[in-house]
Order: sequence, then structure tokens, then C-alpha cells
Amino acid sequence: MTTILPRKDVVIVGLGWTGAILAHELTEEGLDVVAIERGPWRDTATDFNIGYAQDELRYAIRKDLFLQPVVEAMTMRNNTSQTALPMRDYGSFLPGNGVGGAGVHWNGHTWRFWDTDFRIADHLSERYGIGKIAELQLQNWGVTAQEMESAFDRFEYLAGISGRAGNINGQIQEGGNPFEDPRARDYPLPPMQMTYAPTLFAEVTRSMGLHPFPTPSANLSQDYINPLGIAMGQCTMCGFCERFGCANYSKSSAQTTVLPVLMKKKNFEVRTDSEVLHVDLDASKTQARGVTYVDTSGEEFFQPADMVLLCAYGLHNVRLMMLSGIGRIYDPNTGEGTVGRNYCYQTNSGAQVFFDDKNFNPFIAAGALGQTLDDYNGDVLDHGPLDFVGGAGVNCIPTNGRPISTRPTPPGTPRWGAAWKQATVKAYKATLGFSSQGSSYPTRGNYLDLDPTYTDRFGRPLLRITFDFPDNDIRMSNWVSDRLEEIAKTFGGRQYVVNRRKKGWDSVPYQSTHNTGGAIMGDNPATSAVNKYLQSWDVPNVFVVGASAFAHNAGKNPTGTVGALAFHAADAIRQQYLRTPGQPLVTA
Amino acid sequence: METRCPKRPTRRQFLSSVAFTVLAGSAAPVLARSISGSLPWEVRSADPPVQVRPGGWLFFTPEEVTTMEAVVDRLVPADELSIGGKEAGCVVYLDRQLAGFYGVSSRLYTSGPFLPGLPTQGYQKPETPAERYRAGLAGIDAWTRDNKGGKRFSELSPDEQDAVLKDLEAGKISISEQLDAKSFFNLMLSNTMEGFFADPIYGGNKDMASWKMLGFPGARYDYRDHVTKHNQPYPLPPVSIAGSTEWITR
Repeated sequence: MTTILPRKDVVIVGLGWTGAILAHELTEEGLDVVAIERGPWRDTATDFNIGYAQDELRYAIRKDLFLQPVVEAMTMRNNTSQTALPMRDYGSFLPGNGVGGAGVHWNGHTWRFWDTDFRIADHLSERYGIGKIAELQLQNWGVTAQEMESAFDRFEYLAGISGRAGNINGQIQEGGNPFEDPRARDYPLPPMQMTYAPTLFAEVTRSMGLHPFPTPSANLSQDYINPLGIAMGQCTMCGFCERFGCANYSKSSAQTTVLPVLMKKKNFEVRTDSEVLHVDLDASKTQARGVTYVDTSGEEFFQPADMVLLCAYGLHNVRLMMLSGIGRIYDPNTGEGTVGRNYCYQTNSGAQVFFDDKNFNPFIAAGALGQTLDDYNGDVLDHGPLDFVGGAGVNCIPTNGRPISTRPTPPGTPRWGAAWKQATVKAYKATLGFSSQGSSYPTRGNYLDLDPTYTDRFGRPLLRITFDFPDNDIRMSNWVSDRLEEIAKTFGGRQYVVNRRKKGWDSVPYQSTHNTGGAIMGDNPATSAVNKYLQSWDVPNVFVVGASAFAHNAGKNPTGTVGALAFHAADAIRQQYLRTPGQPLVTA
Repeated sequence: METRCPKRPTRRQFLSSVAFTVLAGSAAPVLARSISGSLPWEVRSADPPVQVRPGGWLFFTPEEVTTMEAVVDRLVPADELSIGGKEAGCVVYLDRQLAGFYGVSSRLYTSGPFLPGLPTQGYQKPETPAERYRAGLAGIDAWTRDNKGGKRFSELSPDEQDAVLKDLEAGKISISEQLDAKSFFNLMLSNTMEGFFADPIYGGNKDMASWKMLGFPGARYDYRDHVTKHNQPYPLPPVSIAGSTEWITR
């Protein structure tokens, strides 16, 4: 039996970054908003407790804050000739769970995607000819960087991002990223103080004619009060950032930037430990009536609402659309259908330099404390003479010295015994790592759909991921890895090693929780699931907010662009949608 | 004499007894809550770790303890850099892990069908870590009895033990019908390293031995005074979540 609850103006699925931003914006409009969150309530004082937040085994190895596969797993395969099997434990990526979502345990690298990303198909075909991108399914996002500027700005000021502008209104700024798009003003806070490894990285790469700059960081360089009046503290560089909640109120998250204000509002409510099963549509399948969810007793509830905002992790947004019949599921054989289309990931490689005479104190670290260079990223480099498109940010951002997982040793070192121990002790403080974070471009055969065999605890099909690194991206990553090798050599250490990206995406070792696409934005309902305002083409009172909207993934961390898209969608709802509720904002 | 506070109720127990309706789930009951009007916070609602106390075995049999202690002392041998895996408490750590949620894979996806997977698809067998240790440790002793003159693994010389472990690591010997020797070796290795390098509250890493060996300061959480002291040794010794043995007067 399903209990029918009183109607709300807006129901939001998931209370992470995007859910919290949308809830704040729409409650400001006077709307009555309820967020339904699968995981528990989480707050800093209780759940990221300074007495024991620094527990590597519990949080990083046993993954206490993450979505547990027993709650929802996903299946994976590299291509359609294989049978997808469930990832019985999450490895390659780690979805979040609970209030704050993945924004609780992110590292805090906060980027703006480029105008050449938002207009990628037009830009690359104009510059190189359409043949250059024929093997890829690249699409414009339907927006420009100029349209997104104020949304990026608001997210960066909400979150207190620490960095140095490289381009303010077209004026290149000394010490910032000279390749970034123009921004209206500088970051709200100056860059973090640099540890030794990124300092050395900046010296070495600058001597090579490259352009390193401080990584824009959501680990705050100074105390800060954000535009909502919420105070945050200076980052202490504790070295327990990614996979951990921050006990210092120093890492931006829904908890540290929005919830203290949002939770006090009379027209906002969150229901935790409650999982949305599907969005309910009317008979015409063109309007959502609300959502059905189940609480931990197993009792079902129907929450009627005039608007439904899917603000779960991107992969969960896509699965919920499929389970609800919103839009048509993508078919890689015909290329038709939009939900599940253009799933992308991240194409990374790494380098380590082993020294004899240096002490990097690797435990003095923060998730986003470091240096980046964009000389090889996006379309900064001329791809004319190269056999690929795309690129990678090169990052020297040593995030931790936590010893269960961070014990670099030179190649050939035994994994145990006396020789292992000697090599481990020698290398622990004296190793410098840096990496490339490469773009991931869509192909026809990389996609999401529902698994035909495996189901969750409610009997609903699991999401199936069919993905391998496209040949274009492997060529890109190899070329960038050659550059990493040049940099590694220039450091002049005793020894270096470059780990290159290979074909055959492996779901076991951790790589990146940057899963993008599947409900992409665009200007054509035949090839995108949502319009440029993240409104479903098929069910206009549903908005789908998150990295699920990315039409491809860039060589940059997604959260800055995810946060900006949340403000962008909020603007469209407040300024346009509420005048004509239920109507499409873009005519197909 | 050691004085201990009465065990505090967990967050869930507290909430269920006082303020919220308990909604029993299948395995681990959690609470559905509606929150509005203020940031919720309740005293004693945090969920601190439970400190492992050595003494007694919750999972391992005495025979398994003997074999496992011999294994961890070869993976992490005692030398001038640190104490060995046994003295550090790696087997105590493992015992408590295998007796808990980790041992029974209760957080993982364990529904069938169980099909042979590709390496990119990860572990696809139904056996839990607890079941793998039960079969694997018996299998190692059975193998050494058959192949090393009737001796158990723990009765071999250190060099002989190393040779057996290297063969397991390389997948050169078979110890059980259902259990892949190489993958069992990797499980033992990663769990032993967890125990050796985790916070001492979990039973391994006695007196922060591994942290002292590496120079990892542990749970300190604030390095602002040292961040710009590039290439200079960090001056302070490690602390655990439970504090430091150096704070205790002996």
C-alpha cells in the first residue's frame, strides 16, 4: 500500500551540491520544497568528528561515507560483446551517499569548463574540419562560457574557492592560468600556501616554458564568510580530504556553504534514509505527478509535486529516468534514444620521480593543494598536426601521505619482506608524483542502460555501464604521457616511472569519480535528453541536474561546472519556468 | 587500574529510544527522518570507532592463528626498521575484521548469478573474506604437510616459508579446489598491510610502529606551522586517534 502525502511545489531527489543549491534558490522564490535523500543526515560536528575523522581504514579503505553496493550496485563491461557483471564492490569510482553526497568527500579541485567545451562540435570542426572528429559523438552543450560566467562566479563565491585568476575580462593576470576563459573578477580567496612538491613542480615546468598556476581549490586558504553569511575556517592541510568529511569546516560542501541557512527555512524539508523508486508520470507521459519513495520500513509513499528535480549523482539520475520512463533509452545500434547517451569518464596517467635527497613531507597535504598546467589541455594546443583531439590538465597535487594506500616504491620492488620495507621507508618522503587528467570524449558504443539480469534490493534492474577508453583518448593520453616523461626527466631525480593509460577500462583500481553524461544537455531533442536549462525535453516539469548533463568530459574535474549548471538551471526556473509552469523553455 | 566509561549508546540506539520512530530494515535498521526548521544535532549522536582490545580470538581457530602469525611475520618481518607483523598485532587486526562486516561482505553486492568474470570486472565469486581465510589457511597447511615432510607452514624455516609465499604469490601452487591461491595471497597481503599501517585502535600497528618507521605523524590534523618549511623534517612524533603512548606515565 502506498501512502499519499500532501502536495509540495517541488520535490528534489538527492540533497548534495546541486540539490542544496536548487533548494536554496527555489525556497527564496517562496516555493514549498522537499528533498528526499537515500542516505543519512550528515553534519560536520557529528559525522566528520575531529576526534576520529582522520581514520584511513574506516573512511578510505572500508569507505564508510560512500554508497554501499548492497544498497545499489552497477554492472559493467567494456563493450557489447561482453556480458556485464556487477561491480560487487565499487573500485574505479566511488559514488557518494547521504546528505552532502559526493560533495562531502571530494578533493575540491574547482574548474570552469571552456567555451571550446560548450561549443566543442562547432569549434573543432571549424578549426580542423569535420573529419577530425568523425569517430567521436561530440555535441555542443547549447550554452556558451559567456552565458555561464555568472553561474560559475556564484558557485565559486558560494564555496570560497582559493585561487588566482588568469584572465579578468580579457586581461591576462600574472601567476594565474593564462589559458582560462575571461572571468568577471578574481577568486574570492587567494591561493593556498604551497607545499614543497608543487613548488618544485612549478619551478621545473616554468623552466621548460610551461605555465603552472595554483590549482583552484575548495580547501580554503583563509577564513571566509560566504554570500549566505555562512562562516568557514582555514584549511589545516591535514592530509585527510578525498574520501573523508572535513572536520574543520574548511572544505566546501553543502554542509559548509548552504545547509545552515537552508535548514532554517520553514518552506524546506528533507527526508533522509528514503529512496526514490521512480518519478510518477501522468497518462500522457509528458508531465510528472511526483515521486514514489520507500523508507527504511519498506513502506511506500507517493509525494505529489508540481516539479521534480533529479539532483542525485549523475549515474543515478540517468537510472531514475530509465526506471521512470522519462525519455527514450539510447540504443547504440541505431544511435537513437537519448537517455544513456554519451557516457564519458576520465583518461588519466601518472608519473613518479624518486629522489635520494629530498623530503616532501607527503602527509602535509590537502585535496586540492597544488599546481596545474593547462598547456596540453582542451584545445589550447594545436591539434592540426596531431592524431587526436582533446587533452589533459597536468596536476601536481599530492593529496596525502596516508600509509595504507600511499606507499610509493620504485618499479621492481618486492611487495613484502625485508627488501619491501627498506624500499618503502626510503621512498615514503622522497617521492614526487604528478599526473595528467585527460578528457573523455563520447563514442557511439559507450553508453548506459538497464542491466537485463541483475537487480537491486527492490527488484529494479541495475544500471549497466558499457565503456572503454576510445582510441582517440588513448592516443591523446599517450601523447600527454610523453610530455609527463619530459617533465619527469627534467626533475633530475634518481629514477622516474610513467604509468600510461591502456585500453580496457578496469573497474577495480580507483581512477576517478568523474562519471559524466547519460542525460546530456543540448539543442536537439533527438540527441540530448535535456535542453540548455537542464529541463527534460520529454517531461518539462522535470529538471535533471548534475554531471549527467555533460555532453562530454573535459580534462578537468567536473564539480565547478556541476555547481554552475545548478545555478544556471535555478535562474531559468526562477526567471522563466515559473511564469509558465509545465511548459518547455525551449521549443524543439 | 583501567577505568572505562560505560559504553555510550550509538547514534542509532539513542535516536531510536528517544526522538524518532524506528523503522526496521532488513539487515541494518536505520531511521527515516524528516528534518525541517533547524539544523538537527543531538548530544552523543556521533559514531566513534570501537577500540580493539587484544585477548581472545573472535574468528580464528588456534591453528589458524599459528599459521597466520607465521605468514604476517614473513610479510612484515622484524628487523632494525620495525617490529614484525605478529608483534604489531596484524593477526589481532585481521581476526576482528573477519569477525565484523568486512568478513561477511555485508556491504557488498552478493546477489547471483555468479558468473566467471573478466579481470576488468573484479572479484565475482560468492566466497566472503571469512570463507576464503578458513579455506585458504587450511589449504596452506595441507599443502606444506603434503610437500614439506609433514610439517605445518609455521614449522618451516623462514626461508622455506618465504619460498612457499612466493609460489602462492606467483600462482605456482594450488591450495584448494575453489580458492585461487594467487588471489588469496593478495587478500592476505593487503589485509596485513591494512593492519600494519592503520590506526593502532584497530589492533595492528602496535605503538604506531609503522608510523614511526615511515615518519607519518598520524592523526595530528593541523600542519599550518610546517607547510612552508620545505624539505625540512617534521619535528613531532605520531599520535593515534586514541592519543599517544608517550602521554602515559609508565
